[in-house]
Amino acid sequence: MPVDQAIVRRIAHLARIELAADEVAHLACELNAILAFVEELGAVDVEGVEPMTSVMPMRMKERADVVTEGNIADAIVANAPATEDHYFIVPKVVE
Amino acid sequence: MTTQGRPSKLIKGATGDWEVVIGMEVHAQVVSKAKLFSGAAAEFGGAPNSHVSLVDAAMPGMLPVINEECVAQAVRSGLGLKAKINLRSHFDRKNYFYPDLPQGYQISQYKNPLVGEGTVSVDVSPSERIEVGIERLHLEQDAGKSLHDQSATESFVDLNRAGVGLMEIVSKPDMRSAEEAKAYITKLRTILRYLGTCDGNMEQGSLRADVNVSVRRPGEPLGTRCEIKNVNSIRFIGQAIETEARRQIGVLEDGGVIDQETRLFDPNRGETRSMRSKEEAHDYRYFPDPDLLPLELDQAYVDALAAALPELPDAKKARFIATHGLPAYDASVLVADKETADYFEAAVAHGARSRDPKAVANWIMGDVAAYANSVGLSVPQTHLKPAQIAALVDLIAAGTISGKIAKDLLVILIEEDKDGDPAAIVEARGLKQVTDRGAIEAAVDAIIAANPDKVAQAKAKPSMLGWFVGQVMKSTGGKANPQAVNDLLKGKLGI
Repeated sequence: MPVDQAIVRRIAHLARIELAADEVAHLACELNAILAFVEELGAVDVEGVEPMTSVMPMRMKERADVVTEGNIADAIVANAPATEDHYFIVPKVVE
Repeated sequence: MTTQGRPSKLIKGATGDWEVVIGMEVHAQVVSKAKLFSGAAAEFGGAPNSHVSLVDAAMPGMLPVINEECVAQAVRSGLGLKAKINLRSHFDRKNYFYPDLPQGYQISQYKNPLVGEGTVSVDVSPSERIEVGIERLHLEQDAGKSLHDQSATESFVDLNRAGVGLMEIVSKPDMRSAEEAKAYITKLRTILRYLGTCDGNMEQGSLRADVNVSVRRPGEPLGTRCEIKNVNSIRFIGQAIETEARRQIGVLEDGGVIDQETRLFDPNRGETRSMRSKEEAHDYRYFPDPDLLPLELDQAYVDALAAALPELPDAKKARFIATHGLPAYDASVLVADKETADYFEAAVAHGARSRDPKAVANWIMGDVAAYANSVGLSVPQTHLKPAQIAALVDLIAAGTISGKIAKDLLVILIEEDKDGDPAAIVEARGLKQVTDRGAIEAAVDAIIAANPDKVAQAKAKPSMLGWFVGQVMKSTGGKANPQAVNDLLKGKLGI
């Protein structure tokens, strides 16, 4: 399915990326080119081949159920534009 | 499916009968010390942003590492729901923006969940059992909490809950009434509590339900459903379903159509209302989380967890019926809460002596439960010990006290002598039942002699016996053996 300008605007909005009006047509072209490139993979027969999730054959690392972190509220909110009593303060978001 | 077309469940509309179809998505917080992918505390509460690691705050470069206990808890839950455990599952990113979700995505399981199809047996009433199918159970992260009432123009965000492990448990659309839905969530909560995988506390949000409701004419295909979000008590779940089913029937009977949407139940106004516009809300653009490898389990690991599972409510109920000889109803009531079931068994087996389990159950479900309810506790939470219940039952069984005196004795244990030994109290307060036939006979004779008119009446009207029994019990301070009094009176009155 070719990417049209409406899809570009929609994806940008979902990703909260602001686009200038003159960028949209250009991006649609670029995305279509990338997708066409990826489409070429569809020619490979992968019937019965398990998808590879890691280059090394390894299992996911797990952690023990132990509390090892926390109590660093100062550091957590250090970069926030606005805080109060260690809460992040954001513009009101009520539906 | 056993749940199709149950005529008694139909709702009468203006133009005929309707069937309501209900499915539920339950979010159950995993019982664990640390969060799903970080080492911060999963504990409820805490000062703002104190249970937050750099992973939970989504600082650049931080990577998630899965908590092995959360995996084990989800597997245990799956086993308790008689569900298929998938030895290979994987995690996806569910993308959306909200201030309490610092990553900009929730790590969840979309395509390959940890747990597949299962089933829950639900007693809707003592005579009706339904099977509710489980579609899947998967692990995912909880979000943080936003406070909107601190300021007119700002929201306050606390990430203490962000990253805590949740199990999303999705049922099949197998429920056909508010009663069935309430019974299902109650049973699900009981199973999770038995397993120790979720504390089931709905007030603190450890267990939250999204309810999918649709209506249709009996026998027709499923109607369009609406999802009612985050209904946080079992009572409200019932009310929300009734309200939403009525609303949908009203719309359809007026010739309208149901829009698939998310709605919010407002218990104060007794209505559901549309929560957000759907233009893009469900475009989550799931994709496999590149930070996490697939979750691979060995069958031996699953088998070991299965072998260590506690006895679950259905098995316990069956055992209470088979080995304690309890009626099914009593067994259901007792096993609904694990601590109460344990309390019952402790009382039955106290002191390595056996006593009538039905008598113990009667006390626990009767006077003891009434007292516990009156003080807002469950039976095991009261100060009354299983040993005291056992002693009470033994005193009655031995004929030392009557059932009537036993009730008085329980009041003494509740109000005055909280740690008291029932046998010692009976001794000290002279509550022993009079079983000496001579003493009882003297009391009987005295009552008969004092009431010649009533004696005459009793010959014509045998139900007068009750009055005589009452008088004798009164004159003996309630301590006469009621059976002996009955027998003697019948003989002497000739009835």
